[in-house]
Amino acid sequence: MVKKHATLEANEAVSSVACRLSETIAIYPITPSSPMSELADVFESRGQKNIWGTIPRVIEMQSEGGASAVCHGTLQAGCLSTTFTSSQGLLLMIPAMYKIAGELTPFVMHVAARTLATHALSIFGDHQDVMSVRQTGFALLASASVQEAQDMAVISHAATLATRVPFLHFFDGFRTSHEVQKIEIVGDEVLRAMVDERDRLAFYQRALTPDAPTVRGTAMNPDAHFQAREACNLFHDAVPAKVQQAMDRFAKLTGRQYHLFDYSGSADAEKVIVIMASGGETVDETVKHLCACGEKVGVVRVRLYRPFDQAALLAALPATVKSIAVLDRTKEPGAPAEPLHLDVSLALTDAHEAGALSFAMPRIIGGRYGISSKEFTPAMVKAVFDELGKSKPKRRFTVGIEDDVTHLSLAYDPAFSIEEPEVVRAIFWGLGSDGTVGANRNSIKIIGEETDNFAQGYFVFDSKKSGGVTVSHLRFGPRHIRAPYLIGSASFVACHQFGFLEKYDVFEPAAPGATVLLNSPYAPDQLWDKLPVEARRAIVEKNLRVFTINAFEVAREAGMGGRINTVMQTCFFAISGVLPRDEALARIQDSIRKTYAKKGDEVVRRNFAAVDMTLQHLHEVPVAASLDGPSRAAVVPDHAPDFVKRVTAVMMEGKGDLLPVSAFPPDGVWPTDTTKWEKRAIAHEIPAWESDICIQCNKCVLVCPHSAIRAKFYDSSELDKAPETFKAADFKMREFPGSSYTIQIAPEDCTGCKLCTVVCPAKDRQQPKRKALNMTSLAGVRRAEKENFEFFLNALPDPDRARLNHGEVKSSQFLRPLFEFSGACAGCGETPYLKLLTQLFGDRLLIANATGCSSIYGGNLPTTPYAKDLNGRGPAWANSLFEDNAEFGLGLRFAIDQKYDAARSLVAGLAPQIGEILVHDLLEADQSSEAGIEAQRERVIALREKLALTSSPQAVALRVLADHLVRKSVWIVGGDGWAYDIGYGGLDHVLAQGRDVNVLVLDTQVYSNTGGQASKATPIGAAAKFAAAGKGSAPKELGLMAMQYGNVYVARVAMGAKDSQVVKAFREAEAWPGPSIIIAYSHCIAHGFDLSLGMDQQKLLVDSGLWTLFRYDPRRIAEGKPPLMLDSKEPKAKTADFMRNETRFRMIEKINPQRFKELAEQAQESAKHRWKLLEQMAAIHFPEEAQNPNSSD
Amino acid sequence: MNLETSYLGLKLKHPIIPGAGPLTGDVSKARQLEDHGAPCVIMSSLFEEQIVREQRAAFAAIDEAADSFAEALSYLPEPDEYRLGPDDYLARVSHLKAALDVPVIASVNGISPDGWREYPKLIAAAGADALEVNLYHLAADKYESSAEVEERLIESVRAAREGIDIPIAVKLPPFFTSIPHFVSRLEKTGVQAVVLFNRFYQPDIDIEELRTEPTLHLSTPAELNLRLRWLAILHGRTTLELSLSGGVHGATDVIKGLMAGATTVQTVSGLLHHGPGRLGLLLKDLTEWLHEHDYSHLDQLRGCMSHQNAPDPEAIERSNYAMVLQSWTA
Repeated sequence: MVKKHATLEANEAVSSVACRLSETIAIYPITPSSPMSELADVFESRGQKNIWGTIPRVIEMQSEGGASAVCHGTLQAGCLSTTFTSSQGLLLMIPAMYKIAGELTPFVMHVAARTLATHALSIFGDHQDVMSVRQTGFALLASASVQEAQDMAVISHAATLATRVPFLHFFDGFRTSHEVQKIEIVGDEVLRAMVDERDRLAFYQRALTPDAPTVRGTAMNPDAHFQAREACNLFHDAVPAKVQQAMDRFAKLTGRQYHLFDYSGSADAEKVIVIMASGGETVDETVKHLCACGEKVGVVRVRLYRPFDQAALLAALPATVKSIAVLDRTKEPGAPAEPLHLDVSLALTDAHEAGALSFAMPRIIGGRYGISSKEFTPAMVKAVFDELGKSKPKRRFTVGIEDDVTHLSLAYDPAFSIEEPEVVRAIFWGLGSDGTVGANRNSIKIIGEETDNFAQGYFVFDSKKSGGVTVSHLRFGPRHIRAPYLIGSASFVACHQFGFLEKYDVFEPAAPGATVLLNSPYAPDQLWDKLPVEARRAIVEKNLRVFTINAFEVAREAGMGGRINTVMQTCFFAISGVLPRDEALARIQDSIRKTYAKKGDEVVRRNFAAVDMTLQHLHEVPVAASLDGPSRAAVVPDHAPDFVKRVTAVMMEGKGDLLPVSAFPPDGVWPTDTTKWEKRAIAHEIPAWESDICIQCNKCVLVCPHSAIRAKFYDSSELDKAPETFKAADFKMREFPGSSYTIQIAPEDCTGCKLCTVVCPAKDRQQPKRKALNMTSLAGVRRAEKENFEFFLNALPDPDRARLNHGEVKSSQFLRPLFEFSGACAGCGETPYLKLLTQLFGDRLLIANATGCSSIYGGNLPTTPYAKDLNGRGPAWANSLFEDNAEFGLGLRFAIDQKYDAARSLVAGLAPQIGEILVHDLLEADQSSEAGIEAQRERVIALREKLALTSSPQAVALRVLADHLVRKSVWIVGGDGWAYDIGYGGLDHVLAQGRDVNVLVLDTQVYSNTGGQASKATPIGAAAKFAAAGKGSAPKELGLMAMQYGNVYVARVAMGAKDSQVVKAFREAEAWPGPSIIIAYSHCIAHGFDLSLGMDQQKLLVDSGLWTLFRYDPRRIAEGKPPLMLDSKEPKAKTADFMRNETRFRMIEKINPQRFKELAEQAQESAKHRWKLLEQMAAIHFPEEAQNPNSSD
Repeated sequence: MNLETSYLGLKLKHPIIPGAGPLTGDVSKARQLEDHGAPCVIMSSLFEEQIVREQRAAFAAIDEAADSFAEALSYLPEPDEYRLGPDDYLARVSHLKAALDVPVIASVNGISPDGWREYPKLIAAAGADALEVNLYHLAADKYESSAEVEERLIESVRAAREGIDIPIAVKLPPFFTSIPHFVSRLEKTGVQAVVLFNRFYQPDIDIEELRTEPTLHLSTPAELNLRLRWLAILHGRTTLELSLSGGVHGATDVIKGLMAGATTVQTVSGLLHHGPGRLGLLLKDLTEWLHEHDYSHLDQLRGCMSHQNAPDPEAIERSNYAMVLQSWTA
């Protein structure tokens, strides 16, 4: 049989197998398993059939709980099902998993194993999720590489039918799920040969059907439940043997033999590591190396973890073993040992006690490694073996970190390496938007699929959605590459962004004599002088060969804009020697044609032009001997807080791995206000303010997603100390005579999105193309504007909040934003709302944030954007989970109300000490306005002074609680995926409670954070993942659903359509003492258009009737007015005109013009109907005597 | 009454053709036009510029956002059927061909030599009976002479002609220093007809917002005269067939066009204003007028008012301007 190879990620390999062996698939997106689900959807849309000739049906559910329940139903009705998930998603499936296993139902779920959110969320890989379900009755089968992931997927589908026990097949999230490898593909003939048709038909015959009725899911009493629970034992007992049979059958078909436990190493090994999943590859390769050096070591790799076959484990161990280290990629605080360690220990102990052990009881120690994708390298493996060799090894240890608190960690020698010399190891530093990762994926495909070589690629991303750093690790070699860890010693290092040399130790992984490629704006003979001294030193000391190209210039000339991928890829092939140059160029062109053909000739043509032009611009750089020159600047300035310098700065520099345990807060509590220390300077161009043209409307400040453009007015005398280039104009508000006004850009925080320049209404009459804001090169103004921003921010006083009308757009934008410089996408439509929220209520704001985009740019380390005012107050922010955010936020409110009552009670009780007047004022304070709140704060200060004089327990308690006498504002924030789908049940319940919580739904109409999957907010006609043909149904009317409670304040807003309504809605919602919800339209990168036009597009959206603006204010019922107010006019624009501007809709028009036409008409009709409905509702008067339940609160 | 006309090698029942516009691209509307007597239909152009812009926009929206964030390696689905290029247009050509009995004339406007060369081939392969090459140039580059501009345009026509056998009409803008000279150069490229003239978006100014707004108003009868003049001048001086496009709203306009020398007369705005039924009315009015005036076939009037045949050819040239001024002052 001809072996067929492909170069792909495990997610793709597994999804292909799962879809070919399933009939129904229920899914819900969660990183890093989402690509498996997305591919299932793609396979369905392509009409790809399973091995039985039908196209599997795919359905996206509202949560993983929903997906698992659908699977349960389809299984009971006799359909072979699968699902894909990770992390918290798997936890949501646990209840159904017990049922599915308890009912002995064949089923396979594929899990890209991921960390569970504990002290912090992490999207990366370890086994905490799968270890949380090891007790459900599912069989757990682990795979260690892309090849194995595919193979074990097959084996698990075959074994589940043979055993009736459901299987969870897992592999390491990101490390395996997202690693690109050249593997042998299994064809349908292998799948057919693996699945026993009798098993399948037997499964069908057990289906729930009225033709042969049965009852399932009964309730049992103590008389029966226990025995019945034991009745399944034989099935579970039979699993290991049947899995081994499946493995043996698979080996016959493919030549790849697996065992329940696979041993490798020296036959007389004395030291053995037991390990599961991708870490096993690393141990295996290290063992080979150490054995070659004469060491007696070995490794047992666990494939079938549940049911745990003790005998098979014992059989796998060499009889010479004296000590065993069991490595767990999970953590169970408080457990005597981690789970695999316990299982191995028990297996040996049982055997020892039974006299069945054929060798002396070995010493067993256990350790944790690789938590949250922490690197696990051969050096660490060696450290574990070294530990096993000690007379008194650590019984419990960690490896891969430095634990200077509990001293569990093993020291290791980072220089220890087993990399083979014939393997090309290349590292590429790139920027998210420059195409580096895409080009590298492409290179891997070229080498993997067009040559006999093997290839591996792994990509590291930081957590910024704009200007994020990517580091690609590529290996190419003549043999299968088994190195699931980052490259530590590279023969080729490319830096695609010259600025990185100023920030990171780019050449640190370069091996001596390595080739280096720099994308640089400087000529080859000038380059040396521009390098920081650290880079020069590395080049000289490691004898690096340096090449350079001005890739941006070449890309621009080729019409590729800022996409330097093709240019840099061509350079890589030209100088790395991986392939002969001409062959490489031909293959690149071939690959360009394949990749971009359907995107059109123009894209192909431009890429070809880039290839053609590249080689003429590629030069070798003469290495000068001089090492004199400036060093890299300090990551943060010296006046940064100690914690920022010790911890945050190290993480910012990409060296967080070096931080010891003691550096970290043990409970996940981090300081806010830290993005200001991370000056990323990612924009090529930033806005420049023209003070003479500006009409001082502050709209630019309002729409800026990153709070990088700000307005202040101040006494003109302040300008005496201003830097030379600082700009100011006379302030035009009459209430503030003698004041000057400035719009200031934060040059190193601006992302260059241009929203501000597009929204700016002020034009030069003589030359209308000149606005009050025009883009200019950052390089030309960076230094001056940095100084100006520093002066603006710190030397100029903030306008007095008390003198500003917070209800007016312009004035609101003089309020200091307490959300700044986040990592959100350039042009983000969500963040302007959050910024406004912090401007209005930031100093008394608590935010419960659902997982999603807003929790990532809101809380992903190393730096976070919620800031503090000059009094040290600011938003307090917390993320619980995705699904429980509304309830979590209600909990915050609940606690605050309780503490408020407790503080009031203490105040009343301590009246004699505090004084009657202050007590009265404190308890009766009107805090409905900014002034009232400020007055209450003053009273609290006075109270503290009084309390300082007394030490009674009540006074001590009141000192702790006193700040709760000041009103707090609780906001529950999340996206539409949360509010419409996974969190809707909780949200609905919270709204029904009548408590004073405010909900802000940042509605992008799609799951943005996980990559654009459809939600119930997705509009008619939009293409999204899981709705590739364009969603055919109207979005859920969340606003109407909330209105039906009567006492919920509801607003639907769109900043680009009517900013004054947004400000009004925020203030009204906050002031309403009951529940409120604001549904805020947010344009998004997932909509597929130039986001600089985001606000214009919002206006068109509203004009077309697809997003009617309204406010439903329960207070108006008591006033005898209709509670619903429409804030936008009857639709007049065509929905199709709005839709055609965005790729998500336009895609449908290109694929199927007729369907687009129908959907656009349907959207138009729906818009009309909804308008009519709202119009009629807005005319409804309630009886005058109607009182709302909260009005007397 | 015999109104038969031969245009681009196609035998047409009469010379009034629904020109390039929204009606002729839509199968059901085109069918209605056929029902109302359209002798053929001319589709609006496949614009290379639009295709390129679409490709670039999609690339920016899909590819440039990809692979930049670990959780979202892409943001939009990429269905296999989502192909950006001329496919839409070509599919419409095929659909129209399948739906209509009358000939279908497609149209192309390129912006690159490759575009001028490749798209006509694809259009011909899709089944079009003939092709309008829709030339447009904005000579805004002060370093490019009028001769160079014309050479570029001629090259475009040659490129289009090269790979296809179906007849070609070249649709011209009125902005040439010498239309007759350019048309004489076109004769040597192997095309069959010229169409006078095309109409493109023109910038308008929003005086409140200080913005430039691209606009395209429907034509008015006032635009007819410019075309009549150049038809009259060209008739008899070129071997190419002439087609009138722009300003034709009533039967009188059709008659004037034929008299000036047009082989065929295209109408768009009138049909958009009044619906496809307008075509039947034009035909009826034309037939009646010919009857009333005792014409038995069109060649009797075609070109009768051209520069060659008109009783006062001077009036067609410069003196026309003077006469208008005189009549105005009078």
